Amino acid sequence: MRPLRAVLWYLRELTDESAYERYVEHVRTHHPDRPVPSRREFERQRMAAKDTNPGVRCC
Amino acid sequence: MTTERTTPSPAGTGRRGPSTLIWIAVSVFAAVCWGVVALIRDEEINAIWLLGAAIGSYAIAYRFYSRFIAHRVLEVDDTRATPAERLNNAVDFHPTDRRVLFGHHFAAIAGAGPLVGPVLAAQMGYLPGTIWIIVGVIFAGAVQDMVILFFSMRRNGKSLGQMVRDEVGLVGGIAALVAVFTIMIILLAVLALVVVNALANSPWGTFSLALTIPIALFMGFYMRVLRPGAVVETSLIGVALLLLAIVAGGWVQESSWADAFTLSPTTLVWCLVIYGFLASVLPVWMLLAPRDYLSTFMKIGTIVLLAVGVLVAAPKLKIPATTQFTDGTGPVFSGALFPFVFITIACGALSGFHSLIASGTTPKMIEKESQVRMIGYGAMLMESFVAVMAMIAACVLDPGLYFAMNSPAGFLGDSLQSASEAVAGLGFAITPDQLQAAAAEVEEQTLVARTGGAPTLAVGMSQIFSSAFGDGLTAFFYHFAIMFEALFILTTVDAGTRVGRFMLQDTLGNVWKPIGRVSWAPGVWLTSALVVGGWGYFLYTGVTNPLGGINQLFPLFGIANQLLAAVALSLATTLLIKHGKIRWVWVTAVPLAWDAVVTLTAAYQKVFSSDPRIGFFSQRDRFQEALDQGEVIAPAKNLGDMEQVVTNSTIDGLLAALYAVLIIIVIASSAVVWLRAIRAGGALPTTEIPYRRSRIVAPAGLWATAEEKRQLAAVGGHDGYGELPPDDEGTAPR
Repeated sequence: MRPLRAVLWYLRELTDESAYERYVEHVRTHHPDRPVPSRREFERQRMAAKDTNPGVRCC
Repeated sequence: MTTERTTPSPAGTGRRGPSTLIWIAVSVFAAVCWGVVALIRDEEINAIWLLGAAIGSYAIAYRFYSRFIAHRVLEVDDTRATPAERLNNAVDFHPTDRRVLFGHHFAAIAGAGPLVGPVLAAQMGYLPGTIWIIVGVIFAGAVQDMVILFFSMRRNGKSLGQMVRDEVGLVGGIAALVAVFTIMIILLAVLALVVVNALANSPWGTFSLALTIPIALFMGFYMRVLRPGAVVETSLIGVALLLLAIVAGGWVQESSWADAFTLSPTTLVWCLVIYGFLASVLPVWMLLAPRDYLSTFMKIGTIVLLAVGVLVAAPKLKIPATTQFTDGTGPVFSGALFPFVFITIACGALSGFHSLIASGTTPKMIEKESQVRMIGYGAMLMESFVAVMAMIAACVLDPGLYFAMNSPAGFLGDSLQSASEAVAGLGFAITPDQLQAAAAEVEEQTLVARTGGAPTLAVGMSQIFSSAFGDGLTAFFYHFAIMFEALFILTTVDAGTRVGRFMLQDTLGNVWKPIGRVSWAPGVWLTSALVVGGWGYFLYTGVTNPLGGINQLFPLFGIANQLLAAVALSLATTLLIKHGKIRWVWVTAVPLAWDAVVTLTAAYQKVFSSDPRIGFFSQRDRFQEALDQGEVIAPAKNLGDMEQVVTNSTIDGLLAALYAVLIIIVIASSAVVWLRAIRAGGALPTTEIPYRRSRIVAPAGLWATAEEKRQLAAVGGHDGYGELPPDDEGTAPR
């Protein structure tokens, strides 16, 4: 079970699936006064940011 | 907590014994492998020796040279907070686990490049290319990636172009910007050309690749609407659909739909151009983001599969160590071993393009300064390893088949018979029946003149996989390999077109404001069309060029990539000098000198060589003179072809000249800064962000050392991450 969980952890981190949890935790600890976005809202904002900054891919 | 790392001790001191013995053993192992690779002639050697030489050399270089650069030259300081720690916003800037960031960075730097270059360079045999891939990465490529990553990290993740403008000056900055933009155009054209050559007249490949568009759209919709953010789940569904698409391609090829998916090269050019335009103007969630995930999964999976395949199959290399084409008369690309092997193999040995990624997202996510070694140097070693495997995959082919696949169509003629004769003329043998059988085995109509590297790699991979994992799936493996390469390339084309569009909007926005607005549709469409038109033009000329598009354009791509490396290494050298580290300047100055000599020699030959196969302008003159007489020279078939060769050669020659001028401008404007710094007593102020103490505790390398584990445990950290308590003063700064 442990190796499987490690692989899943790695894939979630690599693909940034864990971005939402990370963000929520960050807002709760550092900016408790700010509202926490819903997952759907957060993912949309993230994609909107990627729209203007897609990041280069190498050959 | 990191005192031992800020005051580095020479390698191995204090722990003589097992460690020293191990490194002696590794050195002996690497030396034996190199001996077999380099010295055995007239006998086929096993690919395992190549892998051994590579891995042994990487291990030594990583352990000793990268450590030296990190601690002596750059003086990484783990008491210093990285931008990820200082500016943490949990979105762009956030401390990321080193193993995850390694994967991230590797996925961004490695694409089709390290797979294509070595395949083409195999025309000179496996030895020259392999030596350059391994030696080049150790002393140039991995050094560049790590040093740029470090300097960008010290500047809050500033981009390469911005750093050149800030640290070298406006002239250098503008030259760097022009370099990056033109490279983007030629890179996208050459990569798209590889896809066109792989898919032309192949209904199986075309259908499979076409299906990736609806698959990506479905994934995008799924992640947007049904299950927001469920990336892993969506990617696994996507990969399953993708494998199904490859299988379905085989069915389509046998069905009445086959004709609809049998596309000519020029039709494919139009498809790619329209696709590139749409990908640039559509929101990223629809196409680009899901394709990116798919491509990451396929990339890692296939590379692991290939490594396992090579180890299990342990194939013999059929292409000799060196061929007679080291003199420059080869059909795949023209020009002698020096400088053209070093131009043809860029990605995998030294790739300037990486400096854009090392100064992009990676520096904003790094936890500890010392991790630049594992991520910058380590990930590039990994890419180099991929390039070695590509070299192996190309060299397991029978040389006759290799040259029949990679020579330009104009040289090979229209029939299997003529191709067989042309290959015989090169000194290698393959019968028309063997050519027929090789194509039938992978269920393609023909393998003759399938230039661009992808089909060759796919044949090599299918042979390796078949002998490792069993026969009967050869055609599936071939199309799997074609598909994954095409998938990488389309991801690069999507992202590259979009990035190029933003660069253009940004630049044109200085002249006329509205065009810079990313939300103004006409501006978006116009700049997208300009970028697509740019690479589309070169793609079209490449596809229709009677002299062979890869033969003509690949050297330009190599020169462009090495030009960008010259920009990055000049910047690195400038910064070492400005930081007062002139005694270590050779670490980047020697690779820069080598890169400049190689690239300028290649550009010079491409512009001024009197050999029409090498010099663009002498090629132009030869065809123009014949045209004036109304004559047609083979491989041109009519006057239209002749005119086309004249136009292409002129434009390609001008581009080569432009690249040479840009290199000279960048190096010269850097040299002015070097002199100024030396006159000022050996240092100048830079834009480095001032020191702030770090609270993060994390290991430097892949495996935590006993000391690092102890430090982590002391602060109650887990999973390779810990933080000092707020009231802890930590160790004394520096």
